[in-house]
Formats: sequence, structure tokens, C-alpha cells
Amino acid sequence: MREVVIRVENLVKRFGNFVANDHLNFEVYEGEIFGFLGANGAGKTTALRILSGLSSPTSGNVMVAGFDAKRQGEKIKRNIGYMCQRFSLYNDLTVRENITLYGGIYGMSSGLIKQRIDELLRQLEFEEYADRLIGGLPLGLKQKLAFSVAIFHEPKIVFLDEPTGGVDPIARRQFWEEIYAAAARGITVFVTTHYMDEAEYCDRVCIMDQGRIVAIGTPTALKQKYGASSIEDLFVGIARPNAQKE
Amino acid sequence: MRRLLGFITKEFIHIFRDLRTLIVLFGIPVTQILLFGYVITMEINDSSIAILDLSKDEVSLNLSDRLCSSGFFRQKENLNGYDDIERVLRSGKVKAVVVFGEGFGCDLITRGKASMSIIADGTEPNYATLVCNYITAIVNDFSREQNEVETGTVFLLQPEVRMFFNPELKDQFMFVPGVMAYVLIIICALMTSITITREKEFGTMEALLVSPLRAGHIIVGKVVPYMVLSFVTLVVILWVSWLVFELPIRGSLGLLIGISMLYILLGLSLGIFISTISKNMQQAIFISLMSLLLPTIILSGFIFPVENMPKAYDVASYLVPSKYYLIAIKNIMIKGLGIGYVWKETLAMCFMSAIFILLSIKNFKERLQ
Repeated sequence: MREVVIRVENLVKRFGNFVANDHLNFEVYEGEIFGFLGANGAGKTTALRILSGLSSPTSGNVMVAGFDAKRQGEKIKRNIGYMCQRFSLYNDLTVRENITLYGGIYGMSSGLIKQRIDELLRQLEFEEYADRLIGGLPLGLKQKLAFSVAIFHEPKIVFLDEPTGGVDPIARRQFWEEIYAAAARGITVFVTTHYMDEAEYCDRVCIMDQGRIVAIGTPTALKQKYGASSIEDLFVGIARPNAQKE
Repeated sequence: MRRLLGFITKEFIHIFRDLRTLIVLFGIPVTQILLFGYVITMEINDSSIAILDLSKDEVSLNLSDRLCSSGFFRQKENLNGYDDIERVLRSGKVKAVVVFGEGFGCDLITRGKASMSIIADGTEPNYATLVCNYITAIVNDFSREQNEVETGTVFLLQPEVRMFFNPELKDQFMFVPGVMAYVLIIICALMTSITITREKEFGTMEALLVSPLRAGHIIVGKVVPYMVLSFVTLVVILWVSWLVFELPIRGSLGLLIGISMLYILLGLSLGIFISTISKNMQQAIFISLMSLLLPTIILSGFIFPVENMPKAYDVASYLVPSKYYLIAIKNIMIKGLGIGYVWKETLAMCFMSAIFILLSIKNFKERLQ
């Protein structure tokens, strides 16, 4: 049995009368790519924000990277990386300055930062862009770089909130190659998406609808269970009946 | 500490790569000081005055001649009585009226002093002060010369100065402290509120909030660079004021800078507070300008004396940060007073900064709920 890095028990998040997360229960294992699926407003971003410490739960237990989200938020922050849909690099800083900044914020020494930047740029074939401002780079490159920055300090877990919004299929495919590489290094990847083809790339997926988890498992197992040919069919099949109950 | 240094470096890069930020930080203060400053240092040339000579003796005629041949003044009219004074001032044809009382020369020689007054048109306060100062200077020269010639008798000619229409006219250097008060607070509040809301808008704030940086780190990281640059702005303002307008700093320069830095900190913490309550840059700019520009100009005592306003305004003025700064720096720069006379204002500014910082930290944390 692999080590559990995220454990969520009876997580509830309310905003006034609106229940964004309704008694969520799931576990994420070390080194896996865990996909969080759902329509807009299903509550995936809320859950991700709670797991990454940006928001606190109304009730329930949340354990991330071995720490309790309620009491040890600061320790969690040191052990996770984060990349949101609006990407998080500074346009008026160069590639090198952006990486240096985040490395410093995560407490890496300047010597280590310098050495790792060179490795990273070589690996991404980014050397020619090192001293260019981020603002002038194409979106696909920016996103790849934002992901590299999010895992630059070698976190245990990286949270990605709809990371591939607005880029073309080729850039998306390349982005997923980076995700695979990170997972192969042992970094757990927690990703929300509403691209159903991306769900197929995940080790396990969790489908959310109206604040609840409606299905969880490997893509293959889920497709078999519900007799669907793809995750997309599966998703439409599960989410539709619930939506019509409103 | 290393985390903070990286963050501060990044802020400096933001500032130095953005021409507009640099212009706001350094260009605007200097322009404002020069614009307002020149209002008070217009050269006087051939200014029209009227003379009401009730004595018409040798001394008064001599002095009138002296005034009009100085090149600064031109005699427009000879008045016949006190009733004419208001008429000529109202018509706007002359800037000031010089009055020699009855028996002017006789009094001066026998009693050593005589009655003389200058009545100026106070609708243009700065110009009026200048006119009065010029006339007074000429009169002083005149009486000194007379003293040298006629040894034995001591002349004391002290013209009584009256401002028509605006008796509340104050020190001629009041504009520079006023401009400092309003330029510094607006720039500090505006710059910080923009830089934080920009991070919110571009999504970089999220990345900072999930990082191990604490709310305090982010706030300090935003304040320090602007504190340093505002210090430079402050020195430039003082230097320009001294160089161009010969603004006096009669009190301690160290105290002046210390209090100014406190005021800058107050402006910055206000800016951070504004950024925590606004959603985007436009809102931050709007709140900064609306909440600071008019109150600072109207209620700080910068242009209009608050004492003459209705009670409610007087009370409201105690909420305006620049009021305290203005009182303090006027006391230091113009009256030359020490910390003993400005401690109340200093305390008020400390108190306000603390409140804004605490509120900002609280708002920051609430955002995370």
C-alpha cells in the first residue's frame, strides 16, 4: 500500500447558505496523478483552495503532506507547490528573475537556486529565454514555466487548478508530459480540470457534482463500472441526471 | 529573512522597469512643488499702488517718491480720504494702498515714530504678502538711511499691515509644507494600493498566499521599497524647495525627516489598507484619490483655515492624517520648534499607522477564510 499524502474526511465548506463542498471523503497516494473533475461551480476549486491552505474548511478533517490543515497550515505551505488557472509569474520580470524569486520565497539558498535554474533551463530547452521578460513569451511556454516554478522547490504535492486553460492541444500534450515527469520523480500531482481527455491521463479521477463526490476510481475502472466508452460519456452520464433534479 | 530579501528585490525591479511608476514617484512631487511654489514667488514689477497722504510733508513725499522710483511700484492714484481706499481696491486697479497718517513727518521727527499703514488686496494672498513685504523693505531702508543722516534722532517706522478681504492670510511659505503633505500621502497610498491590487488582478497574489510567506512578510516587502524611494522623494522635495524658493528649515532637519518618514509610513499603511478593501486597480485608484485628495486639500488646513469652517468640518479634520503632519512640519520648518511641540501630532500619526496596519493584516487573514 502506498503512502497516503492527502486525507480528507467529511470536509464541508459553506458560504452562507450555499454548500460548496458537501461531506467530501477521499485519499490521495504518493506519486499519483489525481484528477479532480467537475463542471464549473461543482466545487473543485473550493476543495483545492482548502487543501492548499488558501481557505479553511467549515468542518471536517484535512491532512496534507502529513500535517493537519487546521493547525499546521504553515508547515503544509512549505511542502506544496501551487499553480492556478490565471498563471502566476510576473510579466515584468525575466524568466531567471521569476524562478529566483520563487526559489527565495520557498527558502532555497541562492547557490542552490543558481545551480537548479541552469539545470531547469537546459532541461526545458529554455536557455535562450533565460533573460527575456515573461510578458513576451507565448502562453504555452509560460504555462510550462509556471509549472516548473511551482515544483522548483521539490514539493511533496503540487496543486494545479485548471492549468491548461486557453492553450492549444499540442501545448497541452507537452504540459502533460511535464506532469508525468514530475510524478515519476515522486511528486504527487493534484489537478482540477474540465477537459475530459485530460482525465484519461490521470491515475485516478474524482468526479464532483454540486459539491458532492459522485464517482472516484481509476479511469478504466470507472468506465467499466458505468459502461461508458470514455470519461466524457461517463461524466455526462453522471452529472446530467443530478443536474436535472434541481 | 532571505525570503523577504528576494521579495523586496522583486518590488524594486517592478518599480524601476515601469516608467510610469518612476514618473509618479519622482516627477509629480517636483512638478507640484514647482507649480505651487511659483505661485508664491512671482516677481513684483511695476505693481500699481495708490497713496493716501494725509500729511503731505517733506518726509511723506520723500518716501512716496522712493516707493515709486524703486521700479517695483507705480503710483496709480492719489487718494483724498479713507473712503477712497475701499473704492480703489474694489475696482482692482491697485494691489495696495499706502497710508501716511496726519502729521506724519512731524511725528516722526519729534516723537521718533509715526503712523503709517499698508492696506493690500487679499484676494490674491500670496501676491498681497509679497507687495507688503516689498513696501516694508523699502520703508525700512528709508528709515535706516534717515537714521544715519540725522544722528541723534532715532526713527522707528513700522508700517501697520492690513489685508483687505482676507484677514486670515498666513505665512508665505505655507504652500511648500502643504504640497509636501498632500503629495507624499497621495503618492504613498496610491502606489502601494496599486501594487497590491495588481498582484490580485494578475493572479500572482494567490501564488504568494500559498507560499510560506506570511501576511506580515508581504506587507513589509511592499512597504520597504516604497519607504526607501519616498525618502529619496522627500529629500528631492526639500532640496528643490530650498534651492528654488529658499524655504527655511528653522528647526531640526533630523526631526523634520523623522516625522516625514513616519508620515510616509502612514501613507503606505493606508495604501495597503485600501488595497485590502478594493477588488481591482481602478477601485484602488478611485478610493485613494477620493478619500485623500479633497479631504487633504480642504480639511488639512493646507489652503483653507479649518477654524473658520462649521463645527462638523473641524471635527472631521481630526480624521485627516495630513492635518497632523502639516501642523508638525510647519512648527518645525517655519517656527523652528522642537519635538516638545509636535509630540501630540507624532503620537496621532503613530496611532493611525498602527490602526491601518492592524486592519490590513486582519483583512488579509479574513480573505483566506
